[in-house]
Amino acid sequence: MDNLASLRDEVLSAAAAAATAAELDEVRVAALGKKGRLTGLMKELGGLDPETRKARGQALNAVKDEVAAALDARKTELEDAALNARLAQEVADVTLPVRPEVSGMIHPISQTMDEVIAIFAQMGFTVAEGPEIEDDFHNFTALNIPPEHPARQMHDTFYLPEQADGSRFVLRTHTSPVQIRTMQNQTPPIRIVAPGRTYRCDSDMTHTPMFHQIEGLVIDKATHFGHLKGCLVEFVQTFFEVSEVPVRFRPSFFPFTEPSAEVDIGCSRKGGELTIGAGDGWLEILGCGMVHPNVLAACGLDPDEYQGFAFGMGIERIAMLKYGIPDLRTFFDADLRWLKHYGFVPLDLPTVTGGLSR
Amino acid sequence: MKFTLSWLKEYLDTEAPLATLDAALTALGLEVEGIEDPAAALAGFIVADVVECADHPDSDHLHVLAVNTGTETVQVVCGAPNAHAGMKGILARPGVTIPIDGTVLKKGKIRGIESQGMMCSFRELCLGDDHAGIVELDTDAPAGTPVAEVLSLDPVIDLSITPNRADCLGVRGIARDLAAKGLGRFKDEPVAKVAGTFDSPVGVTIDLPAGQEKACPLFVGRLIRGVKNGPSPKWVQDRLSAVGLRPISALVDITNLVSLSRARPLHVFDANKLSGDVVVRFAKDGETMTALDGRDHALRSDLLTICDAAGPQSIAGVMGGAPTGCTEDTVDVFLESALFDTVAVAHAGRTLQIDSDARYRFERGVDPASVFDGAELATALILEFCGGTASHLVVAGAEPAPRAPISFRPERVKTLGGMNLPAAEMAEILARLGFAAAVESECLMVTPPSWRGDVAAEHDLVEEILRVAGYDAVPAVPMPRPPMPKVALTDAQRRRGWVRRTLAERGLTEAVTFSFMDSRHAVLFGWSDPMLKVDNPISSELDVMRPSVLPNLIAAAGRNAARGIADAALFEIGPQFFGPNPGEQCLVAAGVRAGKTGPRHWGAPPRAADALDAKADALAALAAAGMATGGVQVRRDAPTWYHPGQSGTLCLGRTVVAAFGALHPGVVKKLGVKGRLVGFEVFLDSLPAIKKKASKTRPLLKVSPYPAVDRDFAFVVDETVEAERLIRAVTGADKALVQEVSVFDVFTGDSVGAGKKSMALSVTLQAMDRTLKDEEIEATAQKIVAAVAQATGGALRA
Repeated sequence: MDNLASLRDEVLSAAAAAATAAELDEVRVAALGKKGRLTGLMKELGGLDPETRKARGQALNAVKDEVAAALDARKTELEDAALNARLAQEVADVTLPVRPEVSGMIHPISQTMDEVIAIFAQMGFTVAEGPEIEDDFHNFTALNIPPEHPARQMHDTFYLPEQADGSRFVLRTHTSPVQIRTMQNQTPPIRIVAPGRTYRCDSDMTHTPMFHQIEGLVIDKATHFGHLKGCLVEFVQTFFEVSEVPVRFRPSFFPFTEPSAEVDIGCSRKGGELTIGAGDGWLEILGCGMVHPNVLAACGLDPDEYQGFAFGMGIERIAMLKYGIPDLRTFFDADLRWLKHYGFVPLDLPTVTGGLSR
Repeated sequence: MKFTLSWLKEYLDTEAPLATLDAALTALGLEVEGIEDPAAALAGFIVADVVECADHPDSDHLHVLAVNTGTETVQVVCGAPNAHAGMKGILARPGVTIPIDGTVLKKGKIRGIESQGMMCSFRELCLGDDHAGIVELDTDAPAGTPVAEVLSLDPVIDLSITPNRADCLGVRGIARDLAAKGLGRFKDEPVAKVAGTFDSPVGVTIDLPAGQEKACPLFVGRLIRGVKNGPSPKWVQDRLSAVGLRPISALVDITNLVSLSRARPLHVFDANKLSGDVVVRFAKDGETMTALDGRDHALRSDLLTICDAAGPQSIAGVMGGAPTGCTEDTVDVFLESALFDTVAVAHAGRTLQIDSDARYRFERGVDPASVFDGAELATALILEFCGGTASHLVVAGAEPAPRAPISFRPERVKTLGGMNLPAAEMAEILARLGFAAAVESECLMVTPPSWRGDVAAEHDLVEEILRVAGYDAVPAVPMPRPPMPKVALTDAQRRRGWVRRTLAERGLTEAVTFSFMDSRHAVLFGWSDPMLKVDNPISSELDVMRPSVLPNLIAAAGRNAARGIADAALFEIGPQFFGPNPGEQCLVAAGVRAGKTGPRHWGAPPRAADALDAKADALAALAAAGMATGGVQVRRDAPTWYHPGQSGTLCLGRTVVAAFGALHPGVVKKLGVKGRLVGFEVFLDSLPAIKKKASKTRPLLKVSPYPAVDRDFAFVVDETVEAERLIRAVTGADKALVQEVSVFDVFTGDSVGAGKKSMALSVTLQAMDRTLKDEEIEATAQKIVAAVAQATGGALRA
């Protein structure tokens, strides 16, 4: 028995002393291999009487298990040490800048249009569009602006060359012709918004020859001025994403609506900084009114049966107000520094339920 | 429309403060552009008594004053020669802003003597040019009274009058609106008639062709003999100056005064320069006239004029002629008060490009009932300011018949205007505005006053009532709406959004550029139709509707390069125009990439953007638009603005849906942009419609449980053989087994021979129902080699 105990001690200390996986394997082979010393002792069991064999066998198995466990433990130890040694060599400079990743931006005009559409979609509006080169009828006459009407002079119209018949196409001065095309092609009830490019022959600090508008049109048999107020107040409160924006409706004049109104929102100009919300100032943001009976009639609708409202607002203007963009002209310059600063990341699709903007 | 507060009060009896008037005007739809209130600048200035006036010990012209402010006596050093004890003056204390230069007054010492304020001159207060000395007030007001309360200051109000409110182009009309809103009593005194003492030697006739009589229904004239035309009285000059008009002479100032007070334009001729009677007629082609603006105008038979025996002497309602205008020497004046048609005046004004106050009023509509009043009022003023004797009126034509009443259902205020208002209040509002109403069965028959030509129908009356009662009083009603909103966008609109956000996600930044461009550049992009030129462009660089979106993006990339961003990557989704008729435009998603694929980086060196980057953008856009890009064919027929060797089009069947490639260096250079650019155009309107599916269910996923095998092939082919042919040949060799083909190497060189190239492909083979055996793989490889040989003449590289 003593020699078994000493063999055990010998193997355990050899395992503990092994410095490499190879040395440890030698110890394992010497003890547990086919010709190993413990294996040799196991082989001798066959010559013993049953009583002795049982006792000797149990003792041998216990030593064998103990040695195997010790060898495994040492093996893990050695592997850990080797891994740690390797990791100690594998040091990267994680402060290095990452590889360049590129993402473009969405233009504030597109983003603002998407925001506006999201709000009106919630109120049951759909999106309509129309051509940017228009004829006189759709841009003016059908909108109750006859040829000599002074309101035409307010429009600074761009004209295309004279046709053989003397008429001239125009670049639409507003998105209102889409109202006409919609009423000509659709039976009420109608509820549309029409965003798009518009053109006026004007260029200075606050005007660009091209800009964007969004038009709204509701036609049915019961919509009245109170609904117009309700609709636009709701829009303003949602769009600007600040609490309590005061809204004011002022009587005004547009040939295609009657009664007509301009809508102002409250603002403060304290310290030279413009803030939307309660304050002592007002900012005009859109024009609107009840669709003029002449317009309905021009579109083939019976003014005694149908009524409704229309509104129109400048996309750039409300984008400038909401996001504090100072200069209209910069919208069309495609300056990447400006676009990166005022643009929107592509995945920020505005929704009413998920939030219009971050 | 500018006027002073005192001018308004001539027609409106009111005690309302300026701020209340301001709010009421806005609420009435008479938009306040601005109010210049001189009193606002005088905050802090007070009436002060000079108690003592001693000489300054160290100066021969300064005084040291003891000034009573009403609460204390302070010491003020003053240099004014007129300073004396016992006078009342205007004192500014330290902290007050001096209007003339905007400085804030500080306490100071002048030659050793402390000064606790400043006695002011009118000039320092911006109230005139007088700076000979300090102001000596002629007032009983006690010391300490704010100066603004003592001086008679007249605020100037500037309104922006909408084109429908011709009646408010006169102060009297504005007063009427304010009175209707409850801001005071409208002073509606009738105009006194001036009795003439002789018959006018100048006669008047209206000679208009049949059917065009309405161009001038009524002309009233009067000769005033023996006037002395000189400067008008100071109050008239002050009034006109205050609203920005230069006083000229009494006769001219009178016409301006009546025009501004009552929106009633007039004209005065020097009667002695007229030859014979006056005729209102259309001009004859070839007639000319020098107008008061000094310009010679060639007249035409569609322009309405006032003529004498010598020819046109005035363009009706627009501007008088210089030869017959009144001067300092005018002795006999012929006064014109007439009614001209809005369209006739607008037409003449626009044709001759003359802007005048008269045209402005006539083209918006002058009160037809104001003709006689205008003539009488002006006569009275001429007699008062210039003396002379007046003739009887000469009248041609007649006042148009009053308009028919409008039938008005009061409930429309509720059903159209959304406002609940008792009928009595409606009637009250209409009456105050000058409307006459009579009850007739269910409705009111409402006759608009002569000055409200804009009110023509029931909805106009609804607006009048809403406007005066106040839009604020209309309750806001939420829009009734469907319980669940429907999809607001059409398929084409949704597709546009997907393309937009996909391109941005790929590193292109969205730009919005003008729809027009320089015609000299547009020709490089296929423009030729002269009907697409803008007749009145904002500048010659923006004179044609763009035939392509690319040129504006190329120019934008050039501008960015000039600002130091060489690697611009931009896209735009917008229209291009192929014809001048409405609808002859199509929507294009276009993009450009300039310079390199990114900045220099140690781990990811950039390379020049090339045609395949543009192709990738175009394909990504097509995929985002819902196209299966597997079916896209590449053709080599890109438009001429692309590099002929490095470009292509993408086609679905026979439809070209995109073009891409390196942009033609010659074209880029002509746009004034340096460097190499690539670009693409995806024609969104040419894409086939998205197929409407009956259900959103997707086909069952079928993946093979058996292993896939990758085999590499290197083919040597003629250099002209394009990759797509090779790939199609390989794919077609065994459609069941070939799952994927990719090109992983392309090279030319001596080792493959002149005119040849090597293309290495990796082919993935996999069966749905079995593990492929070696023999089967080998047989498929043979089929692939044979298919390539047949399609391209290529062979496996030895």
